[in-house]
Amino acid sequence: MIVAKRKPFDEIMEMLEEYKKVLVVGCGTCVAVCLVGGEKEANILATELEMARKLADNPIEVDSVTLERQCDREYLAELDDKQTDYDALISMACGVGIQFLAERFPDKPVFPAVDTAGLAVNQAVGWYEERCRSCQQCVLAWTGGICPVTMCAKGLYNGPCGGTNLGNCEIDPDQPCAWYLIHERLAKQGRLHHIKQIYEAVGWRDTMPRTLIQPGYKKPEKEEAK
Amino acid sequence: MSTDNGLKSGSNLEKILKAGHFAFTGELGPPRGTGAKEVIEKAQHLKGNVDSVNITDNQTAVVRMASWAASLLLVQEGLEPNFQMVCRDRNRLAMQADILGVYTHGVKNMLCLSGDHAKFGDHPDAKGVFDIDSMQLIAMVKQMRDEGKFLGGAEIEHPPKIFIGAASNPFAVPHEWRVHRLAKKIEAGVDFIQTQCIYNMERFRQFIKEANDMGLTEKCFILAGVTPMKSVGMAKYMKNKVPGMDVPDEIIERLQGAGKGKVAEEGIKIACEQIEEFKEMKGVAGVHLMAIEWEHKVPEIAERAGVLPRPTVE
Ligand code: SF4
Repeated sequence: MIVAKRKPFDEIMEMLEEYKKVLVVGCGTCVAVCLVGGEKEANILATELEMARKLADNPIEVDSVTLERQCDREYLAELDDKQTDYDALISMACGVGIQFLAERFPDKPVFPAVDTAGLAVNQAVGWYEERCRSCQQCVLAWTGGICPVTMCAKGLYNGPCGGTNLGNCEIDPDQPCAWYLIHERLAKQGRLHHIKQIYEAVGWRDTMPRTLIQPGYKKPEKEEAK
Repeated sequence: MSTDNGLKSGSNLEKILKAGHFAFTGELGPPRGTGAKEVIEKAQHLKGNVDSVNITDNQTAVVRMASWAASLLLVQEGLEPNFQMVCRDRNRLAMQADILGVYTHGVKNMLCLSGDHAKFGDHPDAKGVFDIDSMQLIAMVKQMRDEGKFLGGAEIEHPPKIFIGAASNPFAVPHEWRVHRLAKKIEAGVDFIQTQCIYNMERFRQFIKEANDMGLTEKCFILAGVTPMKSVGMAKYMKNKVPGMDVPDEIIERLQGAGKGKVAEEGIKIACEQIEEFKEMKGVAGVHLMAIEWEHKVPEIAERAGVLPRPTVE
């Protein structure tokens, strides 16, 4: 899932300084699962803001609402009328949701309440580890199901580098070396031949905005997109 | 593809190695500023005592004078640089541009490296580039030289004829992978290898044996990395703090046993003993001496290691 981390409260206060009536918009999907931007967290932020602004002698009225998903047009539509009552919106969704919200209401200032931190697994409650950089050319077939782009600190396709240190990465003795793990797993499976081959220079696909259209679908006409 | 004389680059290092001489290369770290004088002074200690001088490229991720610029200073001083290039700081466009640039000014050797992570250096928040990795860099330089083509496929006018080097760390685990990684570098197009500093001779002998058995030492020249220990503190630091370094306890004990004021001398003695063994070791084509901030000791070490005078090959 997509994980995120709440922005420092002071930063949020600064963004909203000049606004008097704000709507916190939570998201019920990834950010709710990773305990940062669901209904509960949206309510907490609203309360925190009201209290802090009262103390700062600059009162603010804050309501909160949590949508099923902010990356889907049909859920955003729920706010079409409601948003007109507010000076600004502050979204607790990932960067995708925040932008989609801002796109839907282009006349309204929209602010981020979280820093989006990647595609991660849930190791335990409240503990997430990044696993994918969405490079759009998955190499997991040849690397034993371990992503060198994400897990190697240098994103090497022909690792390990000379700094690999007794199974750990040169950057940190607590960080396993991705290429050590890749070797270990492929050796166990008798598939080392995959990494004996040279992986050629990568044609990066994540250097410009990407659009994805699944087979059998097409880009909707302009009117439909609205 | 070779030049008319059968050489790939015609560099001094290539000629020495191909003539079957035991090569002896040195290293020089550019200054953290604009002091050309500093580079030239350090170079004087190396001149005539080594076949080629590695010029490090923002070593340990600390900003220094560009390796290409310091390389050119060496060319002007009549020394042969081995231009180091790391993948951390430049993308493929900048790399190829620099390769064309240095070659134009007479640089004929290059060492292709991944580069230490920025986290170690003086700009720990820098974004590492790693557009291509060291393996892909080797292949790119080879393509530029042998096919006369940029990585993107376009033709190069007057392709750069570079003698291509890379590093190898025989000590990293898993040990059994090390020769395979070496084999990959050879397949990518490497002409010579300079190894990580060697202290664990036992392990290195094993590595070379495996490389010999796989026929790898016939396909590229391996220069054994030697760094004399200056102090017990340095040995302990290398053992405990430098990733990928293997310093056996015997080395530390031997330095400790040397007595006050004699540790550095013992360090040089160990290095000379190593060099003597490398000269006889099948599959080792030379030594790469990394006398870090100890350039002025190189003439003495070279003398005592019996590698002087350096041969000249026409
Ligand atoms: S030590 Fe391993 S994980 Fe770390 S940068 Fe090198 S190859 Fe990548």
